[in-house]
Amino acid sequence: MLRTPLYDFHVEHGGKMVDFAGWEMPMLYAKSGGILAEHHQVRKSGGIFDVSHMGRVKMTGRHARRLLERLCTRRISDMQEGQCRYSLVCNEQGGIRDDVIVYKNDEDDFLVVVNASNREKLLGHFEQVRAAGDLNVKIDDQTLKTAMVALQGPRVMPMIAQISKEIPALKRYRFAVKNLVIMKLIVSRTGYTGEDGVEVILPASGMEMALKLLLKDVKVGEADALVKPAGLGARDTLRLEAGMPLYGHELGEETNALGTTLDFAVSLDKDADERGEKFIGMEALKRTRDEGGPAQKLVGIRLEGKRTARQGMTVKVGGKQVGTITSACLSPTLGYPIAMAYIGRDHAAEGTALEIDTGKDALLPGQVCAMPFYKMP
Amino acid sequence: MSIPSDRLYSESHEWHKVEGDVLTHGLTRFAVEQLTDVTYVQMKPKGTKFKSGDIVGEVESVKATSDVYCFGAGEITELNSAVVEDPSLLNADPFGAGWLFKARLSDKTGMTSLMDAAAYAKHSGH
Repeated sequence: MLRTPLYDFHVEHGGKMVDFAGWEMPMLYAKSGGILAEHHQVRKSGGIFDVSHMGRVKMTGRHARRLLERLCTRRISDMQEGQCRYSLVCNEQGGIRDDVIVYKNDEDDFLVVVNASNREKLLGHFEQVRAAGDLNVKIDDQTLKTAMVALQGPRVMPMIAQISKEIPALKRYRFAVKNLVIMKLIVSRTGYTGEDGVEVILPASGMEMALKLLLKDVKVGEADALVKPAGLGARDTLRLEAGMPLYGHELGEETNALGTTLDFAVSLDKDADERGEKFIGMEALKRTRDEGGPAQKLVGIRLEGKRTARQGMTVKVGGKQVGTITSACLSPTLGYPIAMAYIGRDHAAEGTALEIDTGKDALLPGQVCAMPFYKMP
Repeated sequence: MSIPSDRLYSESHEWHKVEGDVLTHGLTRFAVEQLTDVTYVQMKPKGTKFKSGDIVGEVESVKATSDVYCFGAGEITELNSAVVEDPSLLNADPFGAGWLFKARLSDKTGMTSLMDAAAYAKHSGH
C-alpha cells in the first residue's frame, strides 16, 4: 500500500489507518477525538486533512489547453492565470469518468487534481486523447513527488492572515504560487467541506519541514489547538452536509453528467466559442438534453427521526421504488439524518414525501430537500 | 486494551455477562472502535423472546449500521434507556454504562460456543 509524506504525522496523532484506493489513510485520529469531534472542530475552528492521495497531473506544452478543452465538460478557454476550475471528465456516453479541479498557471501550463481512485484510469485516458489528437502536451504525474493538505474551517483564514497578506486576499477558486527559499507552494482557496480555507500543494520532501513550522505556529497537537488533524470519516460527513458529490457514490461511469446537481459544470455550448472545442461525451449529453433530460436526478433528502439511511437502500414513493440512496449520515451539525439519492425525475421536486426502505422491514420517512444541507454562516 | 474476564464473547464482538439466569449484553470495545462514533441504538422491545444466534437489535454509527446478535435463548427484560438517549455512552464505556439490554435466560446451550476473555483477545487481535 502507498503511504503519503504525512504517514508519520498520522501515526503520531493516533490515526486509525485504512486502505483508501491503495493508500494507507487515516479514517480518524484518536487524539482528535474521532469522526464527530473532528467534524465539529472543522465547523467551529479548523482541521487539517491529508489529501496527498489525490492525483496531481501536470500538463505542459503548446496544446495543453486544447487537450483539457477536449477532456473537460467546462470551458477552459476563458480561465485566467491563477484560477482553479471544477469540472467533470466524461466518457463518450456522457457518463462521468471523474470530477477534477484544473489549475491554470499559464496558457501552456496546467495542473489537474483528480480522485485517488481514478488516477491510473485518467492517466491512460489523458494519454489516449492526447495521442488521438496528436497534441503536443507533456503529461506528468506528480502525485508521488508532491504532498497536498487541506486546511479548512472558519478560523483558518484569520490564522493565515498573520503570516501572509496575499493568501487571505485570494478569491474562492483562485490560487497563488509561493516561491519560498526552501520550496514552492501552490496555495488555492478551495476545499471539500463547505468551509472557507485553503489547499496547499508542496514537494513531498518539504512536507516534514512545513509540518514542523505549522506545529510550531498552530500547535496542531494540543487540546485547544485552532487546527486539529481530521480524517476521511469527517471529510465524508462534512462534504455530505455541504451537498458535494463524491466519486463512487454520486458519480460514476454510468452516471449521466446531466443528472447530477452539477449543471454549472457542464457547458454544452462550449464549442460555439472562437477557441472552443467539443468535449468527450458532449454529443451524448446533447441528445440526453434534447430527449428531456436524464430519467434520474440527484436530490437531497431530509429524514425524520434519528436513523440513518445507507448507500444502496431503495427510495419509495407510495410503496413503489423510485430511486436509490448514494450517501447518508446523521448530520453532526444539523442533528437530523440527511442523504443523497438518485430518484426518478417525476419525484425529484423539493418537498416530495418519500420513504427509505432499509431492507429490514423498516421504512424511514423523509422528503426531498434543497442542497447544500448546511451553508456556512 | 483490557477485556473483562467476568463474561463471555461472541465472534461477532458481543459480550454476555451471566449471573444465574440473568444476562447482561453489550458490544466490545473492539466492536465500537470498528463502528466509530455510535449515533443510534435500537434493541428489540422488552418482552421479545429470542433464540440463540438471533438478531436482537441494530447499532448505527457515522460509518456503518450493524446487526447485534445474542447467544443463549431467553426474553428481553430491560433496555438501557441511557444508551438510547445518548449513544455516545457506547463509545465511552462499552463494557460498563454502555450495556445494551438485560434478559432472562431460558436455555444457555447456545452459549457453549462463546469465548472467554483470553480467547476473545486472540480473536480480536490483541
